[in-house]
Amino acid sequence: MSDKERISLAQGEGGLASSQLVESLFLQAFDNEHLYQREDQARLELADFIRQGDRLAFTTDSYVVDPIEFPGGDIGCLAVNGTINDLAVGGAIPRYLSCALILEEGLERALLERIVASMASAAREANVSIVTGDTKVVPRGKADRVFINTAGVGVIPQGVELAARRCEPGDVLIASGYLGDHGAAVLAARGDLALEMDVCSDSRPLHGLVQEMLKVSPDIHAIRDATRGGVATVLNEFAQMSQTGIVLQEGSLPVRPQVRGFCEILGLEPWYLANEGMLVAAVSASAADEVLSSMRAHPYGCDAQVIGQVVAELPGKVQLQSGFGGRRLLEPLTGEQLPRIC
Amino acid sequence: MKFVDEFRDPELAEHLLQRIKVLLNTAPLANRESVRVMEVCGGHTHTIFKYGLDRLLPSRLELIHGPGCPVCVLPRDAIDTAIEIALQPKVILASFGDALRVPGTRMSLLQARAAGADVRTVYSPMDALALAKQHPDHSVVFFAIGFETTIPATALTMLQAERENVENFTMLARHISIIPTLKALLDDPELENDGFIGPGHVSMVIGTEPYEFVAQAYGKPLVVSGFEPLDLLQSLQMVLEQLACGTSVIENQYARVVRKQGNAQAQQAISTLFEPRASDYWQGLGEVAGSGLQFRPEYSHFDAEQHFLCDASKPSDIVEQGCCDQVLKGALQPQACPLFGRVCTPSQPVSALMVSSEGACAARYLYRSGEHRDVG
Repeated sequence: MSDKERISLAQGEGGLASSQLVESLFLQAFDNEHLYQREDQARLELADFIRQGDRLAFTTDSYVVDPIEFPGGDIGCLAVNGTINDLAVGGAIPRYLSCALILEEGLERALLERIVASMASAAREANVSIVTGDTKVVPRGKADRVFINTAGVGVIPQGVELAARRCEPGDVLIASGYLGDHGAAVLAARGDLALEMDVCSDSRPLHGLVQEMLKVSPDIHAIRDATRGGVATVLNEFAQMSQTGIVLQEGSLPVRPQVRGFCEILGLEPWYLANEGMLVAAVSASAADEVLSSMRAHPYGCDAQVIGQVVAELPGKVQLQSGFGGRRLLEPLTGEQLPRIC
Repeated sequence: MKFVDEFRDPELAEHLLQRIKVLLNTAPLANRESVRVMEVCGGHTHTIFKYGLDRLLPSRLELIHGPGCPVCVLPRDAIDTAIEIALQPKVILASFGDALRVPGTRMSLLQARAAGADVRTVYSPMDALALAKQHPDHSVVFFAIGFETTIPATALTMLQAERENVENFTMLARHISIIPTLKALLDDPELENDGFIGPGHVSMVIGTEPYEFVAQAYGKPLVVSGFEPLDLLQSLQMVLEQLACGTSVIENQYARVVRKQGNAQAQQAISTLFEPRASDYWQGLGEVAGSGLQFRPEYSHFDAEQHFLCDASKPSDIVEQGCCDQVLKGALQPQACPLFGRVCTPSQPVSALMVSSEGACAARYLYRSGEHRDVG
């Protein structure tokens, strides 16, 4: 294969060229018995699910990140970990993913191979299988290089009931790691800000961490991963769904110094920046210490911190308390964060 | 974080707050129902709400959020002209992000982008010049807005484009000068104000001398301030110290950045390219003599309006909605406007004061909306 080999429209037409692409790339990389059957659908054993729990969790997400590759990850690992995390924060054990690719004609095959290898590696780490998929190629200019959709199926163990509406006044809010690493890494990697920053995306699967948390306490009321819109947006969802108020202490929000500096320069706020491997949990006060310890013992929760409390006042609203006691509201993000000019 | 945390120290803030309370409770201020101080600059408005300073300060100290938010005073016809240019074929309009949501007569630049205009967000005019070099087959127009903070960068970029013979680069200039704006405010009989917090970054360019008339002709104290919470608290304290003694002078709290004479090179760049226009119309302020800038004749080839032969609409065509002019003069608090939070919100702004996080209405809405929704 030449280094300059590029994806052609024929490779999305379903004929011989499509078959060759599937065999030479996807089957080898994703490597599982369901794919080798070469049927139009994956056939999944019900009994297998029933052994793990009493409900299926089912989710889907599309990935269009720009740039495709960035420090700490790429669109491939993001497409696997992002969908896994949507299952994980419902308490589900993720099992199977689909993978649908929309490729722009002329995409370098070498780049596609790196993305697919990254998906395969992320799936292996998370112990999930990519069991069905589809590839379309659109004419040059009709898509931006590569878009990925993944859907995921997982199993929720009996008795697990995580829901935003269950947040109660008195609950303690715990973040599993630093705020805004992914958003800052991607913004910096776009290059149009001419800012260099030493921070990596936190793209990683969170179901292992969630299962450890659930093992130590049944008194975890809600978990969400803080993706688009950041922690501020997730906590607004908690506040609105449960009609409680939320108070965050600015001083206790974990933000890396370089991300804080990046935000200071651009007039952004780290609690609105996306994460791709960080969750926020609402835990009853009595269980908070135990849950926090279990998180810190896990490699993906070692930087976990208490960041605030659920309260009765101002239901539906999130407040941020600054170092000298002034409080202000954190609204959900409206549109994109536009930079201030002075 | 170095050079940031020092200016956000809670203990020092408490110390300053105590002094402010003492000053307010000492004659002659103790007898006053309220003391009103205007922060001219939108950056200061942002800091006040972001750190909740308004809640920490005694309620008798009333802060008036002035006109120094360049996006907030942009007239609708400026947005209309920008859109008219951006919708032409083979044109890239480069703009600061703040300006994208400002409503024009029919739509905003964001809506124009959705309708097919090539509108790009840039952080500096140099980014726009880079775009022009990358796209030699397009005409790149930089939408140049802002007070003296951003004018030197615009001017220096144009001079660089001239040196490098970049021919596909022009500018839609809607810069505004602070001194004529301040003078117009002071001449307005509706303005009720005891003193000013002067802008920091504008003053870095123009220095503190141009403000002398505020103290000498109008008898009001003005303190040029930095943008961190401690800067603002100290500046407020300095204004109150003057009011307590009955003096009015120009002081500089932001001495780590601002010099008395300002930045001569920046001033030179501005006057090389631009000259004042007789009068300009600004949202919320109306006509202000000498506030706008136009290209000097020898640089008129940079003028996008001439290049694209725009048909500028007359300000008299524009029907103002809301109470922006009264909010900008401190005659009305943002939440007292009947449109506030009902028809005018950050996602659907009727006026530019609701667009930028430096605008009095947006700052109030974003950081305080829960309170008045509950009250109202």
